Amino acid sequence: MRVVAAYALQESLRRRVFTVVLILTAVFLALYGWGASLAFDEVTTFSGEGEQGNPVDAEVVTGSTIFGLAMFSTLFLGAVLAVFLTLSAVRGDAERGLLQPLVVRPVGRTQMLAGRFVAAAGVCAAYVGAVYVVAMLITGAVGGWWPDRVLEPGLALASAVVVIAAIALLGSIFLSATANGIGVFMVFGAGLAAGLLGQIGEALSSNRLEDIAEVTAWLLPFEALYQSGLDALTADARGFTDFAVQLGPFGGADEGGPLLWVWAAVYVGLIGLAARAGFARRDL
Amino acid sequence: MPAALAATGLQKRYGSAEALVGADLRVEEGQLLGLLGPNGAGKSTLVKIACGLVRPSAGGIEVLGVPAGSIEARRGIGYLAELFRFPGWLSADELLTLHQRLAGSDGAEAERAELLALVGLADARAVKVEAMSKGMQQRLGIAQALVGSPRLLLLDEPTSALDPVGRRIVRDLLQELRSRGVAVLLNSHLLSEVELVCDRVAIMLDGRIVEQGAPAELSRPRGVEIETASGTQVYEGAGRDDVPRIVAEQVHAGGQVYGVRVLSSTLEDTYLEAVSGG
Repeated sequence: MRVVAAYALQESLRRRVFTVVLILTAVFLALYGWGASLAFDEVTTFSGEGEQGNPVDAEVVTGSTIFGLAMFSTLFLGAVLAVFLTLSAVRGDAERGLLQPLVVRPVGRTQMLAGRFVAAAGVCAAYVGAVYVVAMLITGAVGGWWPDRVLEPGLALASAVVVIAAIALLGSIFLSATANGIGVFMVFGAGLAAGLLGQIGEALSSNRLEDIAEVTAWLLPFEALYQSGLDALTADARGFTDFAVQLGPFGGADEGGPLLWVWAAVYVGLIGLAARAGFARRDL
Repeated sequence: MPAALAATGLQKRYGSAEALVGADLRVEEGQLLGLLGPNGAGKSTLVKIACGLVRPSAGGIEVLGVPAGSIEARRGIGYLAELFRFPGWLSADELLTLHQRLAGSDGAEAERAELLALVGLADARAVKVEAMSKGMQQRLGIAQALVGSPRLLLLDEPTSALDPVGRRIVRDLLQELRSRGVAVLLNSHLLSEVELVCDRVAIMLDGRIVEQGAPAELSRPRGVEIETASGTQVYEGAGRDDVPRIVAEQVHAGGQVYGVRVLSSTLEDTYLEAVSGG
C-alpha cells in the first residue's frame, strides 16, 4: 500500500488541478486579508467600540462571521481538490489504460484502493488544515480575534474533505470521471443546501425543515462536520453576541458532539467496504 | 509440471453479449503461442482473464499452476495491454522503478538498465513518457512487462505501433525470451510475425478456439504443380509424398517433366479459411 500511496501522492501533487487550487488559494487568502481588514475597520467605527454598555461584542461578531465565511471557502476549495484528485481513480483511469498495468502487479485491489485514498485524503486534509491556519492567522493579525476553539474547527474541516474524498473515490469505481465529478458536486451541494434549509427552518420555527436538515447532515457527515467546526468557533459566545453571531453563517452551526466523530469514522469505513466490494467485482 | 497457462471451458458474458463461449487453451512453459483472430473474437478478454483484470463467467483458468488473478499468479506474469498509458510525468527509469516496487523485484538499477537495453531504449533512461513517441512507449511497455523476470508474458498487440525496426527488436526479444524458458502468449493481427516467431498458433473465432497447432501443421498441403511440355497441371489434394508417383505417371505416359512444386497453404490461408468458416 505504501508504494501505491507514494505514487498516488506524487501524482496528486503533479496534477494541474493542484496548481490551479494553489493559485486560487493564494488569491483567496490575499482578498480575504484585505476584506477582513476592511470589515474590522468598518464595524469598529459602526459599533462605536469603547462605548460603555454596548451589549454586542463587535470584534467577536465580525471575526467569527468573516472567519466562518473563510471556512466555507476553505471547505469548497478542499472539496474541489478532493473531487478532482479522486474522480477518475478507478473507472476513469481504467478507460484511459492507466490502471491495468498497476492492477496486474501482485498488489491486492484493496491495497491499491487504500493507497489512493490515503494519498488523496492526506493531500486534501493537509491543504485544508494549512488554509485554515493561514486564514486564522490573518484574522488574528488584522482584527485581533481568535476562535474560541482553535483545533476543533480545523480538524472538522479536514475530516469533512476526507469524507468527500471517500465519496468521490467510491463514485470513481462505478462512474466515468465526468459523471462522478458532477455527481459528487451535486452531493456536496445537497449537503450545503440542507444546512441552509435547517437555518431557514430555525428562523421559521419549522420542525420539519430542521429535521430534514439534521437527517441530511448525518447522511452526509461532511456537512455535520462543517457545522460542528463553525459552532466551535464561537463556543464561548453568550447573550446578545451569541444571538448576533447566529444571524450570520452560524445559523446552521450545530455542535455534533463526540458521536459525530465516531459516525464520520464509521461512515468512511462503510464507504471503504462498499468501494472494496465494488472494485473487487469490477472488470477492467 | 503445470502449464504456464491452462484455460478450460472459459466463458465470459458482458450483459447479453458473449465474449467467450468455452475457450480451451494451453501454453506450456517456455512456449511461444500466437493467438490470432478477428476483432471481437475474444482474444483480449482471454488475456485479461489470465491477468486477473476480468472475472470469468464460467470455466477455469490457471496460470503457473495457480488460479489466474491470485496474488501468486500475478507474481509470475508480465502483461502489456493493447490500450495502455503510462503517467506522462514519469521518466522511463522512474516508471520501471515503480513497477519494480509493485512487483517486489530486487533487480534494482541493473535490471532497469538491462530491460531498457533489451527494447532499444538504453539512451532514453531519463526521457519522460510524455516526450516519447508511440513506438517508444510501446517498447517501454514491453520493458515494463518484463520487470521481475516473469515466467509467463502476456502481450496484447505489442507491435501495433512499431515501425519495422521496432518490430524486429521485439521479434528478437521474443526469441531471446524463449531461449530463457519464458512462456509467451502473443496476441497479434500480424500473421507473418506470428508465423516467424511462434511455436504454436491458436485461432479464435466467436469466443472459442477453432484451430490450433504448430505453424507448419496449420499450413496444409494444397496440391502438386507439375510443369510439362504441354503446360502446367495441378494435382489438387496431393502432397510431397505423392510427387514420385505423379512424376512416374507423367514419364510413363510419355510426358516430359520440367518442374515440380509442392503447394501448401500459408498460415494466412488457414486463418482466412478458419474465420470465414470455409
